[in-house]
Amino acid sequence: MTQTITIGNVPVQVMNRFDLSQRLVRLLKNDEAIVAGIGNTNFDLWAAGRRPQNFYMLGSMGLAFPIALGVAIAQPQRHVIGLEGDGSLLMQLGALATIAAHKARNLTMIVWDNQSYQITGSQPTATAGVADIVDVARGCGIKQSLWARSPEDFEAQVTKAIAGGEKTLIAAKTDNDQPHGQTHRDPVLIRENFMQGLGVRSATTFAAD
Amino acid sequence: MNAPAAAIDWPDQLYATLKRAGIRQVGYVPDAGHARLIDRVRADPDIHDVVLTTEEEGIALAAGAWLGGQRAVLLMQSSGVGNCINMLSLARSCRFPLLMMITMRGEWEEFNPWQQPMGSIVEPVMKLSEAEVYRATRPEEVEGLAERAVQHVFGDERIAALILSQQLIGKKVWVK
Repeated sequence: MTQTITIGNVPVQVMNRFDLSQRLVRLLKNDEAIVAGIGNTNFDLWAAGRRPQNFYMLGSMGLAFPIALGVAIAQPQRHVIGLEGDGSLLMQLGALATIAAHKARNLTMIVWDNQSYQITGSQPTATAGVADIVDVARGCGIKQSLWARSPEDFEAQVTKAIAGGEKTLIAAKTDNDQPHGQTHRDPVLIRENFMQGLGVRSATTFAAD
Repeated sequence: MNAPAAAIDWPDQLYATLKRAGIRQVGYVPDAGHARLIDRVRADPDIHDVVLTTEEEGIALAAGAWLGGQRAVLLMQSSGVGNCINMLSLARSCRFPLLMMITMRGEWEEFNPWQQPMGSIVEPVMKLSEAEVYRATRPEEVEGLAERAVQHVFGDERIAALILSQQLIGKKVWVK
């Protein structure tokens, strides 16, 4: 039974983060970069299929989007996707204003909003009450900010965002399903994997010739 | 306060150092001491300037720049150092090169006592965060120290803080 939440006058499905992560990865055809934030966001992205163009930010909360902005500025030909949970983003709402003010357009922000700090015991976040991530993003100046209404709508919105020349924030209400995997944790390995995946660095090997 | 007209133009030297180092992204929270450098950066079409809402965003931006193949610098006032502490772990964990240029408040002839507590711990905080600290107090030493900081950061892929002292910047006067 699919649960829905009405936001404004629009019914929005409560979706599954792992399912949406898999759908997202399947839509990427051009080595798009993903910069994902700490916690279950990263775990489900990892479980959705490893890609050399994924950067897993396992440290401080809330700054996956500014990392994604730095990548997007450095690589204007590549589309960059920032992936963040509601708890993390709430800590750094100012980043939305920073990104909105910048002219880079090759950036899509996706927010999994499960209305809780799930990994620490599902304590409610501010979005469980009155805060609305999409309203905040619009207010910061990200005009293309919207709720995904269903998994199919999520796919359509992501496809449009990647193809279009406009910064977009897509938020999805997600359930409290446990993550489907756990990332590898070595920070330097994660960095090198990503830089090689973007062609910034060539692969290093110490194997004998 | 007399404007030192004939003095060494260290903000322009800093700009030249950033250009020589191939810096392409500059994140900043403005400070009066950085005003001239920020003006130069904003006028440069080859540099992406990013005005931040908080300094810690700049740590993330610089990491992203490096991941994408560009070099960045973060400009901030001493009070911003406190905002960065947790996010500095990103550069330390992943060994991202991170260049910071910090204009000081709360030291030499400071008029506002509220600036003193954070200003007084900028250097220890930076050292605890594994940053190499280069402090400039005289105009003629700024460029050389900036070059050394650049080499430390991008040559060794480490963290460095160039501290631009209040004595260097000049006394801030309360004008209304």
